[in-house]
Amino acid sequence: MLKFLLRRTLIMIPQLFILSVLIFLLAKSMPGDALTGQIGPQIDAERLIELREKAGLNDPWHEQYARWIGNVIQGDFGKSAIYQQKVTNLIGDRLGNTLLLSASILLVSYLIAIPLGIIAGRWTDSWVDKLIVWYNYLAFATPLFVFALIILFIFGFTLQWFPIGGSVDIQADKGTMDYVLSKTEHLVLPTMAGSLLATFGTIQYLRNEIIDTKIKDFVKTARSKGVPERKVYSQHIFRNSLLPIAAFLGYEITGLIGGSIFLESIFSYPGLGQLFLSSISSRDFSVVNILVLISGSAAIVGTMLSDLILSWVDPRIRVD
Amino acid sequence: MTVNLSSSTPVSDSMQPKTTYASLGNTMWSEIKNDKMALYSLILLTAILVTVYTGSFLLDLEKINRIDLYNIYAKPSTDNWLGTDYGGRDILGTLIIGAKNSITIGVVITLISGLIGLTVGLISGYFGGIIDNVIMRIIDFIIILPFLMIIIVLITVVPVFNVPVFITMLSIFLWTGKARLIRSKTLAESELDYVNASKTLGTPNWKIIVFEVLPNLSSIIIVNLTLTLAGNIGIETGLTYLGFGLPESVPSLGTLVSYASNPDVIQHNWWVWLPASLLILVIMLCINFIGQALKRAADARQRLS
Repeated sequence: MLKFLLRRTLIMIPQLFILSVLIFLLAKSMPGDALTGQIGPQIDAERLIELREKAGLNDPWHEQYARWIGNVIQGDFGKSAIYQQKVTNLIGDRLGNTLLLSASILLVSYLIAIPLGIIAGRWTDSWVDKLIVWYNYLAFATPLFVFALIILFIFGFTLQWFPIGGSVDIQADKGTMDYVLSKTEHLVLPTMAGSLLATFGTIQYLRNEIIDTKIKDFVKTARSKGVPERKVYSQHIFRNSLLPIAAFLGYEITGLIGGSIFLESIFSYPGLGQLFLSSISSRDFSVVNILVLISGSAAIVGTMLSDLILSWVDPRIRVD
Repeated sequence: MTVNLSSSTPVSDSMQPKTTYASLGNTMWSEIKNDKMALYSLILLTAILVTVYTGSFLLDLEKINRIDLYNIYAKPSTDNWLGTDYGGRDILGTLIIGAKNSITIGVVITLISGLIGLTVGLISGYFGGIIDNVIMRIIDFIIILPFLMIIIVLITVVPVFNVPVFITMLSIFLWTGKARLIRSKTLAESELDYVNASKTLGTPNWKIIVFEVLPNLSSIIIVNLTLTLAGNIGIETGLTYLGFGLPESVPSLGTLVSYASNPDVIQHNWWVWLPASLLILVIMLCINFIGQALKRAADARQRLS
C-alpha cells in the first residue's frame, strides 16, 4: 500500500510541472505581456523598454518560467491588465461561488443517482428499471448547454419561479437569513441543469455493479444461510458497490470545470467559469493563465486523491 | 425417465452446429430491428440527414444570407416557416445549413480522432512494455486536463482560425478515450493463441495487427465511433454556442442557439434558438439509441435478438 501511495503521488509532480510549462509557453505565445496593461499616456516608449528589461521580460524563457512559477507557488498570481487589480482579489469571491455551485451539483446528483442506481440494479428488467435506464440514456445524450437553456427558458423566463441570473440578490445583506435564502434561490436553476445530467455515470456504475454482485457466491451463501432479502442487499451487496462511489469525487473535477463554464455563462452566475470567459474575450491573459493553472492542478490533485481512496477501498487496484 | 428424455431433446438440438453464422452487419441490423427506439431513431436520423443534405444542396445560400432589416425577428409565417433572426435572415435556411455543417464536422472529427486513437491503441496494446507505459502516462495526463478551457485558449491564441484548424485542435484532444479502449482490447487479444501462433510462424507484427487483431476489434470500433460522434457534435455546437467554435460565416446549430444568450431573444423569440436546440437534442438522442443497439450487438451477452 505504501509503495502504491508513494508511486501514485510521485506521478503527480511531473504532471503538475508539465501543466505549468505548457501554460507558460501558451502564455508566451499570447499577444501582450505583463506590462501591456500599464501602457498609457503617462508612459512613453523608452520608459516601457526600460521597464521590460527591469521586469526581466528579455531573459531566456526558462529563467522567466522559474520566476513566474516561484511567484505562483508563493501565491502571487500577478495583476489583471483589464481590472487593474491583483488576480487573487478577482478570483476570491468567484472561487467561493464556483465551489458552492459544484458542491451543490454533486450533492443533488448523488441524491438522485444513488437511489435510482440501487433500484435499477435490484429490480433489473422491471418497468421501473426500464424507466431509469431510459432516463439515463437521455442524461447521457443531452448536451448540457441545450438542457440549461431550456431549463432557463421554462423555469426562469416563462414560469418565473426562480431568478434568471446572478448568485445573490444585490439588496440582501451578508449574514442575514435573506442572504442565505437568496443565495439558495439563485442556485436552484444551475444546480438543476447540472445535476440532472450528471447522474449518468453513477447510475450506470451502481446498476452494473449490483447486477454483477448479486449473482456472486458470497451473496448466494448469505441467501442460503437464510439472511432476509432486504439484509442481503443492505449488508452484503450495497456495502461492496457503494464504497467506490465516494472515491469517484475527484474524477468529477474535470467535468465540473467544463460544466461550470457553460452553466455560469448561461445563468450569468459570477464564478470562475464566467471570469474565464470574460477574461478571454477581453484578452486578459494573466487571469486566463492562472485560471487554467488552478483548474488543471485541481483536476490533477483530485484524480490522485480518487486513485488513492479507490485503492484503499478496493485493494485489487493496487496490483495494477 | 420420460421427463429426462423430453428435457434432453431441446438441449441436443441446440448443440447441433449451425451451418450459417451471422455476419457483423447482420447481427447489428437484427439488434436494431429488435429495439423499437433504435429502429425509430435510425428512420428519423435518415430522414434528417436526407432533408439536411438535399436541402442544403437545393437552397440558395445568397438568399439565406441576405440581410433584410425590415424583417427582423419576424414570427414564423408562410414566407419564413421558422421566422427570421436579428438580420432578417430565414431561420429554417440557417438551420439546414447549420445542421449540415455540424454533422459533417462532427463526422470528420470522429474519423480523424478515431484514426489516431486506433493507431495509438493498437501499437500500445500490441507491443506493451515501455512503449505502452509511456503512451498510457501521456493519455492519463491529457484526459485529466481541463480540455474545454485549453481548447478555448488555443482558439483565441492561434493566428489563423478556420474550420480545418478547429477540426485539428479538437482531434488532438479527443483521441485519448478511444486509444485507451482499443489498447485494453488489443492487450487482451494479443495474448490469445492465434496471435502467438502467427508470431511463431514468423508473420510480421504489422500484418498481425492489421489483418488479424484489427478485424476482431471492428465491432467495438464501430460502436465507439457511433457513440463518440454524438458527443463530438455536442462539443462542436457547445463551443460554437460559447463563441469559440465555427465562425459566423460557417453557421452551425450552435450559432443559432447562441442567439439565446440575448435575454430578449430567449424570452420572446423562441423560433430563433429553440428549433436548433431541439434538433441538436434529437440528433444526439438518435445517434445514441442506435449506438446502444450496436453496443448490444457487439456483446453477445447483452443481445436482445
